[in-house]
Amino acid sequence: MTPYVGQAIRRKEDPRMISGRANYTDDISLPGMLHAAIVRSPEAHAAIVSIDKSAAEQRSGVVAVLTGEDMAPDFASGLPMAWDPPGVDINVPDHWPLKRGEVKHVGDPVAVVVAVDRYLAVDAAEDVIVEYDPKPVVVDPEAALEDGAPLVWEQFGTNKTHEWAVGGGDVAAALEAADVVVEQRVPNHRTSGAPIEPRAAIGEPRAESLTLYSTTQIPHIARLLLAGMLDMPEDKLRVIAPDVGGGFGAKLQVYGEEALVLALARRLGRAVKWTESRSEHMTTSHHGRDQIAYVTLGAKRDGTLTGLKVRIVADLGAYMQLLTPFIPELGFPVMGGCYRFDAIDVHFTGVFTNKMCTDAIRGAGRPEATYWIELTMDKLARELDMDPLELRRRNFIPKEEFPFETKLGIVYDSGDYHGSLDRLLENFDIEGFRREQAELREKGIHRGVGFSTWVEVCGLAPSRAVGPQGVGLQAAFWESAMVRVHPSGSATVYTGTSPHGQGLDTSFAQIAADRLGIDPENVDVLHGDTDQGPWGWGTYGSRSLSVGGEAVAKAAEKVQAKAKRICAALLEASPDDIELADGRFQVRGSPDKAKTMAEIAFAAHVPPQELPAEIEPGLEENSFYDPENFVFPFGAHACIVDVDVETGKVQVVRYVAVDDCGPAINPMLIDGQVHGGIVHAIGQALYEQIVYDEDGQLVTGTFVDYALPTAAEVPSFETDRTETPSPVNSLGVKGIGEAGTIAATPAVTAAVIDALQPFGVEWLDMPHTPMRVWNAIHGHGHGNGHGPPSLGEHGMGSAGSGPSSPDEGGAP
Amino acid sequence: MSSAVSVHVSVNGEAREAEVDPRLLLVHWLRDELGLTGTHVGCDTTNCGACTVHLNGESVKSCTVLAVQADGAEVTTIEGMSGPDGLHPLQAAFREKHGLQCGFCTPGMIMAAADLLNRNPDPTEEEVRHGLEGNLCRCTGYHNIVQAVLTAAESEVRA
Ligand code: FES
Ligand code: FES
Repeated sequence: MTPYVGQAIRRKEDPRMISGRANYTDDISLPGMLHAAIVRSPEAHAAIVSIDKSAAEQRSGVVAVLTGEDMAPDFASGLPMAWDPPGVDINVPDHWPLKRGEVKHVGDPVAVVVAVDRYLAVDAAEDVIVEYDPKPVVVDPEAALEDGAPLVWEQFGTNKTHEWAVGGGDVAAALEAADVVVEQRVPNHRTSGAPIEPRAAIGEPRAESLTLYSTTQIPHIARLLLAGMLDMPEDKLRVIAPDVGGGFGAKLQVYGEEALVLALARRLGRAVKWTESRSEHMTTSHHGRDQIAYVTLGAKRDGTLTGLKVRIVADLGAYMQLLTPFIPELGFPVMGGCYRFDAIDVHFTGVFTNKMCTDAIRGAGRPEATYWIELTMDKLARELDMDPLELRRRNFIPKEEFPFETKLGIVYDSGDYHGSLDRLLENFDIEGFRREQAELREKGIHRGVGFSTWVEVCGLAPSRAVGPQGVGLQAAFWESAMVRVHPSGSATVYTGTSPHGQGLDTSFAQIAADRLGIDPENVDVLHGDTDQGPWGWGTYGSRSLSVGGEAVAKAAEKVQAKAKRICAALLEASPDDIELADGRFQVRGSPDKAKTMAEIAFAAHVPPQELPAEIEPGLEENSFYDPENFVFPFGAHACIVDVDVETGKVQVVRYVAVDDCGPAINPMLIDGQVHGGIVHAIGQALYEQIVYDEDGQLVTGTFVDYALPTAAEVPSFETDRTETPSPVNSLGVKGIGEAGTIAATPAVTAAVIDALQPFGVEWLDMPHTPMRVWNAIHGHGHGNGHGPPSLGEHGMGSAGSGPSSPDEGGAP
Repeated sequence: MSSAVSVHVSVNGEAREAEVDPRLLLVHWLRDELGLTGTHVGCDTTNCGACTVHLNGESVKSCTVLAVQADGAEVTTIEGMSGPDGLHPLQAAFREKHGLQCGFCTPGMIMAAADLLNRNPDPTEEEVRHGLEGNLCRCTGYHNIVQAVLTAAESEVRA
C-alpha cells in the first residue's frame, strides 16, 4: 500500500467550505448577543480633551458607552509585547485597548458603544463627540530620528525605540579587501496583510468563565495573555478560533478588541460581538514591512563576495504590539542569503511614528532581507559586468558543506542552491529568452526577466534559540499533538497549531494515518480550541508542518508502539515482531497473523482476557516537540514582465518557481501555498502600499485605494520542486507558507529593471506603479524615490521617500 | 430608524417574507436573519466579491443591494447551489483543483463563476480571469481557482 504521505489527497476542509457550511467567527450568533462598535480617532496625534457620550447613551437599544477611563478597572495590564532581548532596552509605552489621555495614530480607539444591533451600534458610535487637541505629527521614520522631530512619546525623549545588532567576522576588513563595493538604499514599504475575512471577536460569559471566539492564529497564546490582561485564571478563559478566513500574520496578534469584548461580556453578563469593517482593518490591524535598509556589499573582481554591512531603519508605528520590535530582526538568520561571506554586520534601529504598529505579515523580516540581498547582488553583477546567475553560482554555499554555519553563527540545516537554480533553468530557457527579448525590443515590446535565489529560515522553534535564553522572545516554540484512537478504530488528532487555510486537517491526517494504519478519511484533525487539546503555540512563521506536523508524527508513533504491544498480546507474539504493513499490524514473516487498528483499538478500550493488566486501557498519546534547529527552505524563481513604456504599466507574463521544502506531504497543498505567496509578493511589488499623508491621515483605507491583485493581473504559475530533506525532523520537511512571498518581490523588481535596461534604469523602488515606472523611463527621479512625491501614488513619510544615504538620513 | 417595509423573496427556492428596515443590506438579511452565513462580507466598498449571490439568476454583490430591492425576486446563495444529485460542478471542481484555502472568498467565487459560465459556457483562461476580476482571493493566487472554473466548464460542455 502506498503511504498517504506524498499523495495529493483532496482536502477534508473543503466540503463545508464549498457548500457555505463553514463556521467563521462572524457567522456565530449567540442568544442575547450584543454588538460593539468602536469610536476611533480621526487625529494622528492629539490629546483627548473631552468625550460626550450623552447623545449615544440616549439612543434606544444602546446598552453601554464606555471610554478608556471608564474601562480602566477592567484591565490589569495593557496589550502585551513579547520581546525582551538580553542587554537591550526597548521603549515600550502603555497600550490600552481604549486610549486614555492621548491618541497616537488615526484609528486609535477611544470609546466603545454596545447596542442590541450592529447598525445601531455604528449609529450610536457616530453620536459620541470627542474633542481633540491636535499635537505635532511625525510620519517619516528617518525624519523622526532627527533632532527636534516631534515626539510620539515625550516620556522617552526620542522616537528611537531600540537598537539591535548582529554580526560575525571583521566587516571593515572584509569591505577593505573588496575590489568592488556597491551601496544601495533599499526601502521596503508598508503593507497590509488583508485577509479577505476581516477580524471579528465575540466574548461570551458563562457563570465564572469567559469564552472568546476570535479570528486568531494563536488561540492558546491569546488565552494566556488575555487572562493576564483581564486578571483572571487562565483555566476560566476558553479561546476558540473557528474557521479563520486567512491570516497572513495580521491575525498573529493579541488585539485590543479581543480584550474589549471579553471585558464587556464580563461587565454586561451578555455575549458581545465586534466585527471589523475593511476600513478598520486597513487602519488598525497591524501593518507589515516598512523598513529602509542601507546595504553595502563588497566583492573581489572575480565576483567572490567578501563583506556585507546593513543598516536598517524600521518604522514600528506608534505602539508595541506582540512582536512589533522583533519583526525586522526576524530575518537576521538569513541576512547573508544563499551566499558565503567573510563578514556580515547588521544593525537595526526601530522608530516610533504616528502610524499603526507594524508586526508580522507573511514572511516577516525575511522578505525584506531577501529583497535587499538579491537586488544588491544584481547591482553588483552589473558593476562587475558579470552574469547575475554566474555571480550567484560563484558564491552559493555548496551542497557538500551542509549543515553550514554562517558568519552569524546560524547553522543552515540543508541546501542545494546549485540544484534548484539548475532545475529552474531546465524549466526556463534563459538563452532563448534573451533572443526573444532582443526581438521584442525591436518591436517596441519591453520584456524583462528577474531572478531570485533565496533561502529562508522558518519553523519557529527552536525554543533555546528564540526564547528567553536565545534572542529573547518571552515564549517557547515547541508544538504539541494529541492522537486519540477511538474504540472503533477511527482517530482524532488535536494540534496546537491553528491553521487558517493551510490544509492541515488534511496533511496532518495523512501523517497520522500512515502511522496508525488507517485511512485519512477516518482521522479528524481538531485545532483552535483551548478546551480540546494540549497547549500549543499556533500557526505562523511556516512552523505548522515542521514543528506541529512532527509532533503529530511523534504522538502517532507512540500510539503505534502501544498498538503493537496490544497486538502482540492478542496474537501471542513479541511486540518487536509486530510490524505495520498494508494497513495491518502483523507478525513479521507471517502476514496471516494480523490485527487491524479497529480490532486493536477495541481491545484497548474493552480489554479481553489475553491483555495483560500492565497495559493501561485506552489508546491516546500526547507529544511535545521542540526541534533542535530551524529549517531553511530555499529555491530559485524567475519572473518575466512586460513593461508598457507608453504608460509605465507592468504586467507579469510568466512566472517559474522551483522550491525546496523537503519531501512533500501533499504536493497539491505545496503548490497552493507557493501560488498564493507569489501573488502576495506581486501585490507588494506592483500594487499594494499603505500610504499616510504628512498629517498622518491614512490615504489607503479601503480596497479601492489599497489594490490587491485580482485574477486578471496575474498569470498562471509554473512550479517545480527539488526535495532536499531536512535533517532536523523525521519527516524531513521545511515550511512553505511564506516561501513565495519571501522569494518573489526581488524577482519582480529585477524583471522590471531588466526590461528597462534600454532606458538606463538601474534601480526602482516598489511598488512599481505606472507613474513611478513612467518617471523612471523618462528620467524623472530614476524611480529611486527621489522624484517629486505625489500623494496617493507614492506618499510621504513612508519607506520609499526620503534622503539617499545614511549620512543625509540620520541613520546609524 | 424608518418604519419597516415588507419583502417577499424566494431564497434558494423557498418563499421568505420579512419586515425589514429599509436600509438593511441584502447580505445582512441573508446572514443575520435567515442564517445563510455562507455569504460573506469582506469589504465596505464593493471590491471583494465575498458577498456574491444570484439575484434573478445574475450575480450581484449583496453588500451593495438593499434587502428591499430584492422584493419579488429570486435569490440564490451558495447554500442553494448543490441539488438533490449532489454538488454543483463548480463546487466539485473547486475541491478537485484545490481552488480554495481558507474558504472565505470561495462562496462568492463560486457564485461569480457560475454566472460567468451561464453567460459564457466555454471560456478561455483569459476570459475566466477577467470574469472573476470582481472577486478577491488572498490565499490561492487564483491559479487553482481559474483551473477549477475551466474544469467545471469542460465537464458541463462535455455533459
Ligand atoms: S463585501 Fe466586499 S464586495 Fe460585498
Ligand atoms: S481561499 Fe482564502 S481568500 Fe480565497
